[in-house]
Amino acid sequence: MFLINCPFCGERDQSEFYSGGEAHIVRPKQPTELSDDEWAEYLFMRKNIKGVQFERWNHIHGCRKWFNVVRDTSNDKILSVYKMGEKPPVNYK
Amino acid sequence: MKNKYSVFSLIKNALSQHENWQQAWGNPEPKKEYEAIIVGGGGHGLATAYYLAKKHNLKNIAVLEKGWIGGGNTGRNTTIIRSNYLWDASAGLYDHALKLWENLSQELNYNVMFSQRGVMNLAHNLQDVRDLKRRTHANRLNGIDAVWLNTEEVKKFCPIINTSPDIRYPVLGGTLQRRAGTARHDAVAWGYARGASDMGVDIIQNCEVKGIKRNGDKVEGLETTKGFIKTNKIGVVAAGHSSVIASMAGLKLPLESKPLQALVSEPVKPIIDTVVMSNAVHAYVSQSDKGELVIGAGTDSYVSYTQRGSHNIVEETLKAILELYPIFSRMKMLRQWGGIVDICPDASPIISKTNIKGLYFNCGWGTGGFKATPGSGDLFAHTIANDEPHKLNAAFNLNRFVSGDLVDEHGAAAVAH
Repeated sequence: MFLINCPFCGERDQSEFYSGGEAHIVRPKQPTELSDDEWAEYLFMRKNIKGVQFERWNHIHGCRKWFNVVRDTSNDKILSVYKMGEKPPVNYK
Repeated sequence: MKNKYSVFSLIKNALSQHENWQQAWGNPEPKKEYEAIIVGGGGHGLATAYYLAKKHNLKNIAVLEKGWIGGGNTGRNTTIIRSNYLWDASAGLYDHALKLWENLSQELNYNVMFSQRGVMNLAHNLQDVRDLKRRTHANRLNGIDAVWLNTEEVKKFCPIINTSPDIRYPVLGGTLQRRAGTARHDAVAWGYARGASDMGVDIIQNCEVKGIKRNGDKVEGLETTKGFIKTNKIGVVAAGHSSVIASMAGLKLPLESKPLQALVSEPVKPIIDTVVMSNAVHAYVSQSDKGELVIGAGTDSYVSYTQRGSHNIVEETLKAILELYPIFSRMKMLRQWGGIVDICPDASPIISKTNIKGLYFNCGWGTGGFKATPGSGDLFAHTIANDEPHKLNAAFNLNRFVSGDLVDEHGAAAVAH
């Protein structure tokens, strides 16, 4: 249980949010060209990191907007929050 | 078996104030090399080592555990055992396990307290009724016992359930698998550890894997906190930490690790003599032999390795429990905890070879791995020993995420594993 600083609404309880999983998985530009392996990689394979992870979250019981979060999954500490389309912070690996 | 447990050994040890029981399993330092190493000393890992030694005659095996055996999800689950899954592949897998459970205490000479008290799954809306009836038929076609109960029969089978039609999620019926039930989770780990240790398996606790040494497309050994250990076969059974181990070999898995919570109440006199699960309101409850209500909650939506879980999940589960069982309204909860479960996109496990020779994964059990412990160990041992899956776990390969041949148990099974 933790607080998330929504870039639109401010700090709210995590139960107001929905986790959209790993961020920055790029949608294939030419889906018809993709091999089965590439589809599996895009659809199913996840880094599932123990440590600093880049994620998408949605303030589903608030402004209903998507944004990105950098979070340490080993202790649930939120390190950074940034809007969709913004460059991810570089000071985390 | 050395030091066979029996009524005679009990009497003999009672006469010496129970001070002369021998250690149930050894505590060795790792050797330089093993024929096979199992990473993860939970129920599945210890069972794998046990069947490797027993059925496949591999004697030089080690189980590495970063904490203490059975301290992960084996000791954190709600101990429910059932096999009423929808698809043929799942039915084969889980019923294989259930059949092994039925004789496990004798097999291990260790009382795992397997109790076939039945598992009932409730339906709360018309779609639940259709899905559960369909599953009952599928189960029976696969030789798995299953019956449909209407609301009155549900009430008769478990009288404390609130079957009033005016509650938010009324009980419209349910399915019952009578062969299903519960077991003592710690005893499963301890029984397999004792049996494996007895056949010469080294169980090495407090030994964390730090790296996998590869030579081209095959494995050569493991870097651990107790030094390098050479081996050609590595079986990873690390549950929530499977992706962490996989990344050491440069592999990605289709898994997300999330906290799953459970809680127990103060102990009370026997009140519920079965296991009742409700998929729609996500609440399930049974009563331990000590008298505690054992309640399973849901997973958090986010990836986390914290073994805690969020409070709102527990709150929602308890609301549902209270509506279904008003009699529990003044019960006090004693303990709450979380375990990290590795969830596959199709909610089915992976018991599989990988594209790296000698590296095998048994993972993705998500929220419902305990019930499969003996079957999982047996089939994973077969896969490691023969470098080929058994026909019962062939469908649960890693390649299904490429081929698209998924075993989709998400909406189909009683989701609240």
